[in-house]
Amino acid sequence: MMTEIRISGYGGQGIIRCGYIIGKATSLYDNKYATLTQSFGPEARGSACSAQVLVSEDKILYPYVTLPHILVAMSQEAYTKFSPNLDLNGILIIDDDLVTLQEARGNIKTYAIPSTRLAEEMGAKIVANIVMLGFFTAITGVITPEAAKKAVSDSVPQRLVDLNLRAFEKGFKFGQEVKEVSKVEKV
Amino acid sequence: MKADPKRVLTGAHYLDGDHAAAEGALAAGCTFVAGYPITPSTEVVERMAERFPRVGGVFIQMEDELGSMAAVVGAAWGGSKAMTVTSGPGFSLMMENIGLACMMEAPCVVVNVQRGGPSTGLPTLPGQADMMQAKWGSHGDYELIALSPNSPQECFWATIKAFNLSERFRVPVLVMMDECVGHMTEKVVIPEADQIELYPRRYTKLSPEEYLPFKTGKDLVPEMIKAGDGYKIHVTGLTHDERGYPVMTWEAQEKLVRRLIEKIRLFKDELVDVEEEQTDNADVVVVSYGISSRVSIPAIQKARKEGIKVGYLRLIIAWPFPEKKIYELAQKIKGFVVVEMNYGQMVLEVERATKGKTKTILVPHGGGWVHEPEDIYKAIKEAAK
Repeated sequence: MMTEIRISGYGGQGIIRCGYIIGKATSLYDNKYATLTQSFGPEARGSACSAQVLVSEDKILYPYVTLPHILVAMSQEAYTKFSPNLDLNGILIIDDDLVTLQEARGNIKTYAIPSTRLAEEMGAKIVANIVMLGFFTAITGVITPEAAKKAVSDSVPQRLVDLNLRAFEKGFKFGQEVKEVSKVEKV
Repeated sequence: MKADPKRVLTGAHYLDGDHAAAEGALAAGCTFVAGYPITPSTEVVERMAERFPRVGGVFIQMEDELGSMAAVVGAAWGGSKAMTVTSGPGFSLMMENIGLACMMEAPCVVVNVQRGGPSTGLPTLPGQADMMQAKWGSHGDYELIALSPNSPQECFWATIKAFNLSERFRVPVLVMMDECVGHMTEKVVIPEADQIELYPRRYTKLSPEEYLPFKTGKDLVPEMIKAGDGYKIHVTGLTHDERGYPVMTWEAQEKLVRRLIEKIRLFKDELVDVEEEQTDNADVVVVSYGISSRVSIPAIQKARKEGIKVGYLRLIIAWPFPEKKIYELAQKIKGFVVVEMNYGQMVLEVERATKGKTKTILVPHGGGWVHEPEDIYKAIKEAAK
């Protein structure tokens, strides 16, 4: 089965890096296939930018995301630009300090985390993308936390590994709690 | 000769095609890159500039692409394994000196990460419309070699192969990537250095008194010298004799140009490199290369499910064109479908090679995105009729 993922936000938030780590975790440590494509040009340098990851058990042929099953939006502009294209049975993940939701569509499940605020509380706004990655991992299960942590460790400078792993754990835990709550709500 | 372990980044990586091509160049022993960075090929030179100081090698950011290609020709004669990297607009500017590399028989590699054209076109989006330019872009008669990888993993190997072929045949070898393959990130496994075979430079064993720089043996490829070893030679873009001196006669022209052509054409069979699947009993064969080949497969799978016998033929070496292979298939099948991101380039070669034995249908695309598999599927149905 193919899972189509779009990570979006504005240039400088580490959106591409977040997509890169998802792809790396998948293809190097979870033994599946992952193809990453990304937006280039002016949109990657300030306005809405995005990284697209295809994850599959089989070799990936067609390289682009057509109808994402999972959308991560870390800015209002990215949300406005990309959410109309999300699968009606898909998963929407937002930073709820940065994104105000419009009317819900279809059966889209929405999960929210104040990833930037949590990163700021750690004293490093720069790891908001990794907090989001932890949250993404807990919510979607597309990548295993073990693979994600390995991929985080070898994708950031050595001196920042510890900070990034803490950021990942923070987001991951938040995600697990959110999932628990949503289970309870269903009951 | 094996690759130097110091230059081989052994292990499993998550790399885009541009970075993978850079690692391929390093593994192949590339020691010199001159370039004028241009999207979507910039990542190749960025990586070379970063890696060279650690493993040995020089990157020069040149004033333009004319200078870049000229520097590469000079570096090759100076003893380096040399490469330049560009995209459409820069490729056009390199044409004159690619011809110079052919005439001077300078072994070198040119990577062209193709974007949408003509002119500055689509800097950040894919194209495959420089394929004929690759073959015919410089003036005069010459032969060269062009490869077309379809994944980051293959960008690694194609670049190594390009260096090896450039040493074997002493021609510029072009790596014709496309933006999609250059910018997509996938798993790239780089083996141990002793798993990478390199073709060594063909240095002469003759003394400076005996040596003639353009005298050849049976394979029509002359031997080189090590610059600084006391061989006093002349190398020129003018028509020259075996000594390398200009000779302005039709006899010298005939002898030289004929050899430049034949050193490739006589060894064409050695230069067939295709990926082939289920072509044996096929009614239709889909011919493609680069990213278009990957997009073709879902269409082929769909047609096969409906019972159509479809074969898949991917050009890994596009030039010289595998005309014999195409002709053999042409006699057995109902039609070729050619999928490429342009309005008809390699399809002309396919048509030529069929010699009218079967029909050829082009699935064109203007560039900027990949084909819809549905369009390819329709062409397969049409060809199967």
